Amino acid sequence: MGKRKGVESSIALADSAAMCRIEAIAAYPITPQTHIVEHLSEWVNDGHLDAEFVPVESEHSAMSAALGMSAVGARTFTATSSQGLALMHEILFIAPAMRLPIVMAVANRSLSGPISIWNDHSDIMTDRDIGWVQIFAENGQECFDLVPACFRVAEDKRVVLPTILNFDGFVVSHMIEPIEFWTQEQFDAYLPPFDPQIKLDVRKPVAMGAVGIPEIYYEARLAQQNALLNAKAVVVEAFAELEKMVGRKYNLVETYKADDADAILYLMGSLSETAMTAVDNLRKQGKKVGLVRPRLWRPFPTQELLAAFGNVPVVGVCDRALAFGHEHHMVAQEIRTLFYDAPNRPKLVEFVIGLGGRDVTIGDMEHILNRLLEVKNGAPVGPVEYVGVRK
Amino acid sequence: MAKNPMELKWQEIPLGFVWNQPQSSLNNHTGSWRSERPIWDEQHCIRCGVCALFCPEACVRTDERGYFHADLDYCKGCSICAHECWTGCIKMKPEEA
Repeated sequence: MGKRKGVESSIALADSAAMCRIEAIAAYPITPQTHIVEHLSEWVNDGHLDAEFVPVESEHSAMSAALGMSAVGARTFTATSSQGLALMHEILFIAPAMRLPIVMAVANRSLSGPISIWNDHSDIMTDRDIGWVQIFAENGQECFDLVPACFRVAEDKRVVLPTILNFDGFVVSHMIEPIEFWTQEQFDAYLPPFDPQIKLDVRKPVAMGAVGIPEIYYEARLAQQNALLNAKAVVVEAFAELEKMVGRKYNLVETYKADDADAILYLMGSLSETAMTAVDNLRKQGKKVGLVRPRLWRPFPTQELLAAFGNVPVVGVCDRALAFGHEHHMVAQEIRTLFYDAPNRPKLVEFVIGLGGRDVTIGDMEHILNRLLEVKNGAPVGPVEYVGVRK
Repeated sequence: MAKNPMELKWQEIPLGFVWNQPQSSLNNHTGSWRSERPIWDEQHCIRCGVCALFCPEACVRTDERGYFHADLDYCKGCSICAHECWTGCIKMKPEEA
């Protein structure tokens, strides 16, 4: 068992990336991700990590530089957030198309405007369909554990796709937690040296990033889609090996007291930590409620989610970003789609909560869970509820 | 010669859309786009080569006598050679079915 120490999640995440023996970092500081790349620059500057650290002038350049460094066969890491992720947008699509297994940590934060540095999921919802493997961590320990898992999945010969590790800005990134560190030997045993499947090499010239004219673009895109869908099995394997190594079990879909529940709430990210306390409080009152949350978000774990929900009659969905101009927001859309072909569709109750860092309390979560039970007992579903908004 | 890339099924797309045969783009006979072809009048051509110099496809070359011709596999009929020709000896002729 590794050593446990009290440390900020961002610092632990950066340490974990360094202990993955990353060889290239391209980074631009942006709140609340800054501590990660700042700490990595210390690793490099102090001579503890033999990596190329490229302090670029924008996130557009950060992702572009990451592509180039990954293309020459370097294990490449970067991190960003919010406006930074948005500025990377056009390059984000190119990394999976070129099958470059970059790993990026994204400290989820709201998008402007109004200007906001605080936590919600509007940044990553906007970049949902970029073609990366996407995983969610909900506390500091998970951030630390899942960085090597991300590299393992990304670089696997059966995957070869970039991977994002999402975690909530400030709520997780700036939290000081007791985190159990792995030893360097554990990292080395878990994560083999990078064996690039694609490499720029003057002795074996290749063309990368070629034009895909109408006669071939379609086939290239479908190849990429199927590669991403097929990554799921490798994520399962990476989590199983992680459990063998450090004893913590990670699933594609995590559940909390969902087995016998009359109503299940579906949420993403660190909200579930608050929701678990609310579930415990309601369970003490004899109310059977539970939680389901995705650990793996892309590829979307359809079968695992359906299995986790079982035949529950009422499902609640929490959105932490708005799909402007649509009555159903992104997470709700995904869960509605999930159940469309199900023989026994549950009633779906939609909530929006915690936009732009608005505090989400245990009381808010108890309110949501009680609402689900009211629907179970015959109350109308109603339109999406904007929890905690002044009106 | 490997399969024509334009006939690949999605399962056959090389990893990362990486092409490992240098100069394989020569297999793409992009001249099929052309709607006009350049014709040189050798009576007036002074063999100066300005047409070859300006050709954006670099597909204008000399024959053994030093006169210029476009490689119609790649010439897209842009008419830059005709526009730049000092003596006006290049005329664009419509491609007719």
